[in-house]
Amino acid sequence: MSEFRVIGRARRRVDGRAKVTGATLFADDIVLPRMLYAKLLRSPHPHARIARIDISRAAKARGVKLVLTGEHFPNAYGIMPVSQDEHALCLDVVRHVGDPVAAVVAASEAAAQDALELIEVDYKPLPTIADAVEALARSDVRIHGYGEGGNIHRLAHLAFGDVDEVFAETDVRVFEDIAFYEGNTHLPLEQHAAVAALDKNGRLTLWSSTQTPHYVHREVARALDIPTHQLRVVACMNGGGFGGKSDPFNHEVVVAKAALLLGRPVKITLTREEVFYCHRGRHPVLMRLKTAVRPDGRIAAMDLETLLDGGAYGSYGAASTLYTGQLQTVTYQVPRYRFRACRVFTNKPPCGPKRGHGTPQPRFIQEIQLDRIAETLKMDPADLRLMQIAEPGSITANWLKLGTVGLAECIRRVVEGSGWKQRRGKLGFGRGLGLACSSYLSGAGLPIYWNDMPHSGVQLQLDRSGRVTAFCGATEIGQGSDDVLAAIVAEVLGLEAGDVVLVTGDTDLTPVDLGSYSSRVTLMMGNAAIQAAERARAMLAEAVAAKLDVPASRLGFADRRVFDVENPDAGVGFAEAVALAETKFGTIGSTGSYRPPAAPGRYRGSGVGPSATYSYSAAVVEVEVDPATGIVRVPKVWIGHDIGRVINPVLARGQVEGGVYMGLGEALMEESSFRRLPHHLSGALVHKFPSMLEYKSLTTLEMPEVVTYFIEDADPNGPFGAKEVGQGPLLPIMPAVANAVYDAVGVRVNQVPITPEAVLKGIEKKRGAQARRDRVTEGGQGEGVRIGPTEFPRVPWPEALVVPPPWEGGDGKAVKPEPKLGVRV
Amino acid sequence: MKRDAKTRSREAAKPLRQADAKPLGREGAELARIALTVNGEECVVHFEPYKTLLEVLREDLALTGTKHGCELGECGACAVLMDGAPVLSCLVLGVECDGAAVTTIEGMAEGPELHPLQAAFADKGAAQCGYCTPGILLTAKHLLEHNPHPTRAEIAEALSGNLCRCTGYLQIYEAIEQTVRREDAKTGRP
Amino acid sequence: MRAPRFRYHAAQSVPDAVAALAGEERAMLLAGGTDLVPNMKRRQQRPDLVIGIRRLAELRRIGNGSGLSIGACVTLAEVAAHPLIAAKYAALAKAAGQVATVHLRAMGTLGGNLCLDTRCNYYDQNYEWRRAINFCMKAPLGTDGHACASPDGTGICWVATSSPRCWAVSSTDCAPALIALGADVVLAGPGGERRIPLEQLYRSDGMAYLTKGRDEVLVRVELEDAKTPRRADAKFGSTYWKLRRRGSFDFPVLGVAAALGFHKDGTVESARVVLGAVESCPVLVPEAASLVGRKLSDEVVREFAASCARYARPLDNTDFDLAWRKKVVKSYVAGALTELRDRA
Repeated sequence: MSEFRVIGRARRRVDGRAKVTGATLFADDIVLPRMLYAKLLRSPHPHARIARIDISRAAKARGVKLVLTGEHFPNAYGIMPVSQDEHALCLDVVRHVGDPVAAVVAASEAAAQDALELIEVDYKPLPTIADAVEALARSDVRIHGYGEGGNIHRLAHLAFGDVDEVFAETDVRVFEDIAFYEGNTHLPLEQHAAVAALDKNGRLTLWSSTQTPHYVHREVARALDIPTHQLRVVACMNGGGFGGKSDPFNHEVVVAKAALLLGRPVKITLTREEVFYCHRGRHPVLMRLKTAVRPDGRIAAMDLETLLDGGAYGSYGAASTLYTGQLQTVTYQVPRYRFRACRVFTNKPPCGPKRGHGTPQPRFIQEIQLDRIAETLKMDPADLRLMQIAEPGSITANWLKLGTVGLAECIRRVVEGSGWKQRRGKLGFGRGLGLACSSYLSGAGLPIYWNDMPHSGVQLQLDRSGRVTAFCGATEIGQGSDDVLAAIVAEVLGLEAGDVVLVTGDTDLTPVDLGSYSSRVTLMMGNAAIQAAERARAMLAEAVAAKLDVPASRLGFADRRVFDVENPDAGVGFAEAVALAETKFGTIGSTGSYRPPAAPGRYRGSGVGPSATYSYSAAVVEVEVDPATGIVRVPKVWIGHDIGRVINPVLARGQVEGGVYMGLGEALMEESSFRRLPHHLSGALVHKFPSMLEYKSLTTLEMPEVVTYFIEDADPNGPFGAKEVGQGPLLPIMPAVANAVYDAVGVRVNQVPITPEAVLKGIEKKRGAQARRDRVTEGGQGEGVRIGPTEFPRVPWPEALVVPPPWEGGDGKAVKPEPKLGVRV
Repeated sequence: MKRDAKTRSREAAKPLRQADAKPLGREGAELARIALTVNGEECVVHFEPYKTLLEVLREDLALTGTKHGCELGECGACAVLMDGAPVLSCLVLGVECDGAAVTTIEGMAEGPELHPLQAAFADKGAAQCGYCTPGILLTAKHLLEHNPHPTRAEIAEALSGNLCRCTGYLQIYEAIEQTVRREDAKTGRP
Repeated sequence: MRAPRFRYHAAQSVPDAVAALAGEERAMLLAGGTDLVPNMKRRQQRPDLVIGIRRLAELRRIGNGSGLSIGACVTLAEVAAHPLIAAKYAALAKAAGQVATVHLRAMGTLGGNLCLDTRCNYYDQNYEWRRAINFCMKAPLGTDGHACASPDGTGICWVATSSPRCWAVSSTDCAPALIALGADVVLAGPGGERRIPLEQLYRSDGMAYLTKGRDEVLVRVELEDAKTPRRADAKFGSTYWKLRRRGSFDFPVLGVAAALGFHKDGTVESARVVLGAVESCPVLVPEAASLVGRKLSDEVVREFAASCARYARPLDNTDFDLAWRKKVVKSYVAGALTELRDRA
């Protein structure tokens, strides 16, 4: 019997009815009297100077009310304070196909669309940058005037101890891998939409499909030069987010401006193609990972280099860059660690945060390398991992403080469930099992902009009717944050989740919550909700205690009653309890807020990576590979997730299965690939397929059976011990698929997605090699054939910021690098 | 026919309209008119003739429960039942719907009572963001009407034209299977 | 995304549809709408007049005589579910049952699938995307008068930039199946009806891929009694193998249709093999004749499958790498033939 009455019990989510009746209001469902419609004119050029824009014909077209261009939007904005490089409409340069240059507002969407054709733009094409390697090579082409030289947006070089010293030791074996993780995108089913309108008092309201109303609030106000208190941002229910609705977007700023200028409501709904132009998806990352391993299999040192193709704007890139390395120490014990990262600008839609933000790529290379290490050392890959799992409560080499670590149990469960010990390597050619692990943040330890205020606030209001309303800025994007809020408040106050009225994601009505990103909501909003509910409960308890004449500490809250736990028949109904409190204290309200604990790291870059606690996952994936075509099918996945505490098992499992789904998509087929046409014929640099049909997302027919195990090792920092579940379970899937493909056909695919083409190429190469009776050792140790990149380009790495790990006497601060012979910088 | 069109467009451009002229829309062009049955109710609707059934439902009949994810027939979000068949409303021209009977998500519940599929979807986590849900519910309704005891493979096949990015589909299967079990229990089938 | 403006005419009969087609230069037929409507939204096609034929009863019949006659507006779902088609013309049932998705099969028609516009990575894109690459030979003009330039002024085929022709790919699933089954189609025009073998409906040109006249309406498909070999103890079988990334939604990147007659001892008595999605038209493999009189040993199957690869001309016009597409032809042809052999 659980100690909880709401927490941990399967129940219909509080917003379930609305979702199944079509009553949920998404941004595009909003219709207001006198509403107008906006469309954006987007650049057909990947990189060009805007020489002239003539809007005169469009402005006179039938039904057109307003035409806007870059000059209406002089203020730059951007999600990160360090890269305010976006304008609602381009000022003088377009940086990718789809960059908006003008907007038309008209009586109907079709009229606005027609008028776009009447806008004349003269572009002077500029040379283009198609990928990260080219960005490094062509410093003569500048996409932005800021950054770290040439087209480099961000560089990092962090050294936690001297890794080269370890690589030079005689008793270590050094494994080196290069891998490429192709970009991909969120593909939420809902196309972004926004509506802006002035209220009856002339204040501006913006409804939008956004995961981060608080940041949109700040940035739209900045872009429009209006005081933030004159703007209300309402996050509508998101039709899927996955990170793709976390930035302030051009179209939001445009409709807000148009509503201000016209005094009428203005709506915009993006087409699917435009959603691809908004992007902010997974960065394509080229990586090199060098690991020194002791004879017993323990990691002695790790050296990681990452090169991120950032696309045309900063977005979350400054954070993404560090995320490609900073969480690499959280899963296993890494005594010494060096991490170098470089993000470049290219003439493609900007990359940003997608589920797992920056971490699936380095996770992939480490987990496929561990598989190779295990093979070389003739160890079971599960045992190799089990022997070096990060210590609970420890501080990592890069100064991250860990919470509980349930990874070992995750591994044991999936190993047992999948029959790993009996089946791996024994399924015959074409079938295989692969294992991989991961960890993830339960909320970023620092906000996007520097401040010491709470990350999440919850306000409760109760009245004599027994009604409890919870107000919180947190944003429901489908993950179930509303349900978590209601469940936690209900648990503390002895109610049912459905009893709690919710007002969320509205900057006029709710206290600030930073938004639905970085897997932060359950932990941060949850802790704030507990505090608010406990404060309200204390008032109710005091009032009821007086009435029942028992000490307040003896009161229990359950089944919509407040009662004496030693004499449960003595008690009052919840409404009466509120009435008593209202009589005693006046109007009843309470607040709660949460700010994550300070992180021990105090070096430049230490702001990315800290979290109140980390979740852990382990997955075993089974594959069937058709040796004739290289097509990979996944019949079954076993996944264990260390969630700390399950709030609602129905929703928690949905997050895991959804993560597995999205991970398999990335592993097997999803890719944001681009094409550049022959230079002498065209300067085009476009998406291969900005469409739902050709951006391949798994259908029901590709989705395997999934067995989910929750490990509930309550973390003291989590609400009721809960950690995140929205992002972590995606992370082990891609490397587990790659490792399973190796088990099945002996081909190591060091790239994502793992396409039939790549697998078949590997199988053919292997056949050729066997025919020659060679031992294939292409690219390093191991018996298998490796498919994937073989080179990592020269990056002008800066001098290392040296931060000694805790066990080498560090204090979390950088020290001056000691000059030392033989050290490469 | 050609001449007809020209005459009509000349009429539309006239500033003064004759009393018997057809209604003009916000774009100043003549509207199409159809009569159809939506969720059991007969209605007459005027709309811009280029509109799809999706647009007519959402914009001219205020039934915004039907969603759109691509508007090109590539995702299944806009599925409705038309004359009993599951169709993508984004590819059906409004002018082709005269006389049709259409069921949308708004027509699934019986008054305040959720359809058994709706209740099961809400209970079993089959709706996360809920955006693909209306299309999936109507497709599932069609499935159970024609195959009251589908296997899991048959459910997967029936829903293979509906993309969901949140759930990984498994809880959707479970919701449909639970509906079947509950309906069986109601009718006393073992 | 809005469709462009157009006029609509609900055809009252086939002759009415023919007359409407003849009376308007830019008129197009609308059956299920699953091909034309997205193409209109993407501005690949902008008919002034759309002629609705979906509801014409005369196009919706499945007739049973010595063979089978299937009206052009019978839906793909109806074709796939028809017991007689499944029993006697399995390739067609399989092909129709694998087109796109459940919903699109409930809407899309057999005639529509046979007349499906050829497809290409550079063509099946939104207007704005095609504007960004300066359009292509198949749809060279922007609505703003912007044109696809090429040295000779006719527009570029981006798949093969020096090619004088368009390489858009035939993507119909049903045509390969029906050609393998020896089907004819009946076209109605101003001068009445004409009947041609289905393979003659197509030509290898990504743009003018149909031989059908502009004012002709495809009214029905005629299947003879399954090209049954004369001996009663012989067995006839047909199948369709479709290669694509996912189990639904996707157009074929390769279709293999095979219809074989076997003597009871396993000797092949008749053989037709058709490849889809490898050319601008379905490709009837001539080497299939060489299978007649032989038994389908693994060796014979392998040899024949290898000979098919040469007819596959995959280009950068569909999903997947083109070299890979060519490679897997063998595997799919062998798979289809082996299936029929093992079933016979």
